[in-house]
Amino acid sequence: MQSLTSRARPVERKPMTFVERLYLWNIWKGMMITFRHIFKRKATISFPEQKRPFSPVFRGLHILNRDEEGRERCTACGLCAVACPAEAITMEAAERLPGEEHLYREEKYAAKYEINMLRCIFCGLCEEACPKDAIYLSETFAPSNYQRKGLIYGKPDLLIPDPKENPEEYRKALGNRAKKQEAN
Amino acid sequence: MAEEKKLFKVTIDNITIEVEPGTSILNAARMIGGDVAPPAMCYYSKLKGSGGKCRTCLVEVAAGSTADPRPMPKLVASCRTNVMDGMVVKNITSERVIDARNGVVEFLLINHPLDCPICDQAGECHLQDLSYEHGKEGTRYEFGRRTFHKHDLGPYIQLHMTRCILCYRCVFTADQLTNKRVHGVLDRGDHSEIATYIEKSLDNDFIGNVIDVCPVGALTDKTFRFKNRVWFLKPVDAHRDCPKCKGHVTLWYRGDEVFRVTARKDQWGEVEDWICNECRFEKKKTSDWVIDGPTNVNRHSVISQGQYLGLKMPTEVMPEVMGGRQPRLLMDIHSVSEVNRKDIDLSKIEGPAHSTDFEKPRPNGQQAIDNNQ
Repeated sequence: MQSLTSRARPVERKPMTFVERLYLWNIWKGMMITFRHIFKRKATISFPEQKRPFSPVFRGLHILNRDEEGRERCTACGLCAVACPAEAITMEAAERLPGEEHLYREEKYAAKYEINMLRCIFCGLCEEACPKDAIYLSETFAPSNYQRKGLIYGKPDLLIPDPKENPEEYRKALGNRAKKQEAN
Repeated sequence: MAEEKKLFKVTIDNITIEVEPGTSILNAARMIGGDVAPPAMCYYSKLKGSGGKCRTCLVEVAAGSTADPRPMPKLVASCRTNVMDGMVVKNITSERVIDARNGVVEFLLINHPLDCPICDQAGECHLQDLSYEHGKEGTRYEFGRRTFHKHDLGPYIQLHMTRCILCYRCVFTADQLTNKRVHGVLDRGDHSEIATYIEKSLDNDFIGNVIDVCPVGALTDKTFRFKNRVWFLKPVDAHRDCPKCKGHVTLWYRGDEVFRVTARKDQWGEVEDWICNECRFEKKKTSDWVIDGPTNVNRHSVISQGQYLGLKMPTEVMPEVMGGRQPRLLMDIHSVSEVNRKDIDLSKIEGPAHSTDFEKPRPNGQQAIDNNQ
């Protein structure tokens, strides 16, 4: 059969000599590569102590945002749930009672809001769909739990700390996004 | 022998159709169907005298009739203009019509609040559809939108006057379906509003139909208020023997709960039969109804999301494989989830749910599953 390229070469099937079978030269060649890498820049970081900077479009765990007065922004419009390809988001809405104006921004709010992190694929479509700037994908990632039931996140897990009562925690939860907000 | 009726030949967007004399252009276009039919916010085929208010159905008449083929100088409201023999109408093929309709939508949206995330009508709102097709992204209006004091329209109907576009459909409904109308349009011009005179509540057996008739979220069902978004509910056709009305309705389900009852709507978003208040507000149990089957929902409607027609559920093989034993580590989402709790039946709460409705502690039995893990 005619070969397709001129570079094709038949495999050598000659038996190895005694010196070749000691593999000394090959081992030395391999070790040289290893030694050379000792003096190169490390490709890894020691993770929990050191952290890499996040990309501005990083998609981590969700947070439910509050406005500058600490009121919940979510109005349970259901657009995040309808946008969610994994059908991970569910909610139940309620009407704001008189006297609850400091808690909720709008007349209607999400009394229950739940994200099933077992289903979530972190695509960020909920963030894109939200008309009220209420849901963000933060820079917290890799949630772990001993039980699956711990990965059903309700409102207490998702809500961002109150910017009035706990400004430091709020800033931390916002992460890089805080800088973005200041720039605006 | 009855004399053969003469039919008028009318051409709408290059499609010719023969209609009876006295048909409006809008109805002739609806006979053709599809994109040719102009949108209508105020015209309602079941209500006498409706139409001519919103101007969204404007069309261009390129030739008046065979006898007088001059074009009409201005765009005409198709719901109020009758066809003539040999009339040539341009709807979507006319630049002028599209431009004028965009302008009309902009005017309708001047005072309409953009609170669709809160509004219960979102997802089945005609104004939402219309502005999605014709509207601009931004507004050029710089002044405050008109706002109103809240009026109480009885225990069942919620009125949001700020959302009203003054189509008068509800006024005609009350006029023609009920013996005595107690609500109407008060004041003039920019101040005009739908209201009951001196806060009189509406109590009439058929007054609930104003909810279905309203093209926007101005009149909504108080028993369904904030309960759920329409696109998460499953519409199912059902009927019952009702002494007052025909009893043909659509039930909106979430799981086994009937969240609301509406009249059945045709392809133009108009009700097929009026239903009475008892059917609409009081019969919210499956046992009250005979189910006819799932409602046909337009594929382009958001309500059709999550409705998997012809769905075949996979058979549960786990117990079979494990010799009849259920797997111990399987998590039942209802034992963990706070949403859609079995002991809180939202459909049985009158009016919108409040924070107090969710305060009930979980019964202990439901948490038992966690101890195994």
